[in-house]
Amino acid sequence: MTTADMTNHMTSNNTAGAPLLTVEHLTMRFGGLVAVNDVSFEARGREITAVIGPNGAGKTTLFNCITGFYSPTVGRMTLRHPDGKSFLLEQMPGFRISQKAGVARTFQNIRLFGGMSALENLMVAQHNKLMRASGFGVAGLFGLPSYSRVEKESVELAKYWLDRVRLTELADWQASNLPYGAQRRLEIARAMCTEPVLLCLDEPAAGLNPRESADLAEILTYIRDKHETGVLLIEHDMSVVMKISDHVVVLDYGRKISDGDPDFVKNDPAVIRAYLGEEEDEELPPEVAADLGAELHDGKGA
Amino acid sequence: MTTISASTPAARPVDWPAILREAALTAFVALLLTVPLVGLRSVDQPTGLGLDTRFDQVAAVTLLVFLGRLGLGLIREGRALVVLVLSLLAAAAGFFIELPSEELRVLLIAGGAVLAIRAALTLVTNRSTLSQAERDKRMDRVAAKVQHASRWLAPIGILFAVAFPMMPFADRQLIDIGILLLTYIMLGWGLNIVVGLAGLLDLGYVAFYAVGAYSYALLAHYFGFSFWLCLPLAGLLAAFSGVLLGFPVLRLRGDYFAIVTLGFGEIIRIVLINWYDFTGGPNGISGIPRPTFFGIADFSRNGADGLPSFAEMFGLEFSTVHRIIFLYYLILVLALLVSLFTLRVRKLAIGRAWEALREDDIACASLGINRTNMKLAAFAIAAMFGGFAGSFFATRQGFISPESFTFIESAIILAIVVLGGMGSQLGVVVATFLVIGLPEFFRELEQYRMVAFGLGMVLIMLWRPRGLLAHRDPTILLHGRAKGTQTGSTQAAGGTAP
Repeated sequence: MTTADMTNHMTSNNTAGAPLLTVEHLTMRFGGLVAVNDVSFEARGREITAVIGPNGAGKTTLFNCITGFYSPTVGRMTLRHPDGKSFLLEQMPGFRISQKAGVARTFQNIRLFGGMSALENLMVAQHNKLMRASGFGVAGLFGLPSYSRVEKESVELAKYWLDRVRLTELADWQASNLPYGAQRRLEIARAMCTEPVLLCLDEPAAGLNPRESADLAEILTYIRDKHETGVLLIEHDMSVVMKISDHVVVLDYGRKISDGDPDFVKNDPAVIRAYLGEEEDEELPPEVAADLGAELHDGKGA
Repeated sequence: MTTISASTPAARPVDWPAILREAALTAFVALLLTVPLVGLRSVDQPTGLGLDTRFDQVAAVTLLVFLGRLGLGLIREGRALVVLVLSLLAAAAGFFIELPSEELRVLLIAGGAVLAIRAALTLVTNRSTLSQAERDKRMDRVAAKVQHASRWLAPIGILFAVAFPMMPFADRQLIDIGILLLTYIMLGWGLNIVVGLAGLLDLGYVAFYAVGAYSYALLAHYFGFSFWLCLPLAGLLAAFSGVLLGFPVLRLRGDYFAIVTLGFGEIIRIVLINWYDFTGGPNGISGIPRPTFFGIADFSRNGADGLPSFAEMFGLEFSTVHRIIFLYYLILVLALLVSLFTLRVRKLAIGRAWEALREDDIACASLGINRTNMKLAAFAIAAMFGGFAGSFFATRQGFISPESFTFIESAIILAIVVLGGMGSQLGVVVATFLVIGLPEFFRELEQYRMVAFGLGMVLIMLWRPRGLLAHRDPTILLHGRAKGTQTGSTQAAGGTAP
């Protein structure tokens, strides 16, 4: 116990937590297409790890492998819980990854239960806990007290997250009637209601205005700091990525091209090349050519 | 008139060519349809089958359709008052003047009345048509009101159902219709679990009904088991067959799933027909024992199988209606059992998971819900209720054959669920009355019975594509009813995130 306490203590002092998810040599082929090619990286607890890259770089495929929607062609993904249990994700059927390993995700195109209310969405997320408490339906059917206690707790947890994502007022609204930004936040709340150790977010800021993006960033940092949950994030909105992430992984054409803290990645020539393209022998505007010449000259001189 | 012309962009002249063209086109379509349907009539002649023509009626119908469409066009052009007067005149003419045929007269009166109502509505609301979205919204509000009213409507309905056999007007035939309705209500509620809650389109529900019926018939036939022993057994066997079918099938989705369940329904029926030695094949099984009064009394005059007669036991005058009334209460209790189950299960994790599966099953997987188990559970439970209904059917009829379990039965049960509004319990009841009750009550209409039935279906599809009472109330509310879903739908557009 003491060692565990110590490691806890250490991790809370360190910005970097213990490795939570280790992805090794992950490859995913669809026929001839290699969507993810030999990618290895690590995501730590109490950290926000961002996966970025141009369109078609294989980010969502990587996510689908981690969350069990695809089974990877090659590779190993290990999830280590803070309490020491570890899971090999590539060997688990899809739903068990959320049920047992505690990996929750959101989707690029929001997948809420549109016909159900916001609160009901969060109750569905606590399905496994409630199923166990209801004796797989039997105890619940007869309204035994053991079940109603657990249900009350579930409502409390749902209320807590509704409050966190500022949707308490809209709790009884049908999810499909919620404004877009609210739907995004509800999806995150729903994922958090499964009480995960790793939260995977697929472009949570897509379609949000700057104020909503700032809100989102705040929610994500809250999750990281207060819930000991690792966050894995795919995002195109660089203002969000650079502001909140502790660690950035860059993919391009299915390969990892850079890996490090935001400042390192921002200045990595490989990343700049992937995003802005190679230098080409074209007629450059004279002032740019002059700048470039000066830089090259400086480089030679140094 | 003035209000209309003020609201329409200027009192523009009526676009006669366009309206006439439209009316002519509609009349042409009517002509094409009526020539074979109305114009030709097969008659029995001594030499064989002959053809009789009724082209005068075709002409009359076509003319009426032409005038009707013309009236609609004029209403749209802002001449509603004229149309109102003219259509009322037409209806009156149909009422008072002698016409060559009775059908024509009905057509004239009905057509005139419909047109007059339409014109009057236009004059009142100042609008010729509602957009689909507006109509949907209006209907949704009605459905929501009915749903909320069901809190007191449901107990009244149940009380009425309980008191019904004791009413003075309840004769044997009416109670029989009541039993039939309740059987279909029970089947509808059972199928509602699979289709309405879990969102799995099951086209072969009648298979479980058949399994239940044959379970009881065969167990009674070969082993002499009593109804009360067989009822749970039939449910179990049906549930088992549901699981058996479910395992390979539930990985399929949507249309493919529907096709396989359709096939399963047919397989069961064909097995029943062809396994002659065991099931009696197309001859069916007769002499299925009637239910006893909970195993302590029999409904025959002098009692049977060592049981005393029910009438004697309770000191009543013997009557064959006793058994009918008993059967009525039996199916009422069974049906209410299904309803109660559904009401309770919706508030449990398993029921919410079913509804979530209907909404988005990929999201369900991401939340760690075991989709296969949940779907299997829905399938097995619905099958079990189907099995109960089946064994009730067997004991009520005393005779079953594969004829009773054709695809059309599945289609009718599914129609009840879909027309009622997926997932709505009250909707199932209303739809059962429409689908089963009306044709039963209007047997006098004879050959027009099925036409009226088809017309009703078409109208419901046009007005309520999602079913009559398609309105879903959340199973749990944070803020109570006042701030619930109603504000949700009305403020949705204006609502912004804090």
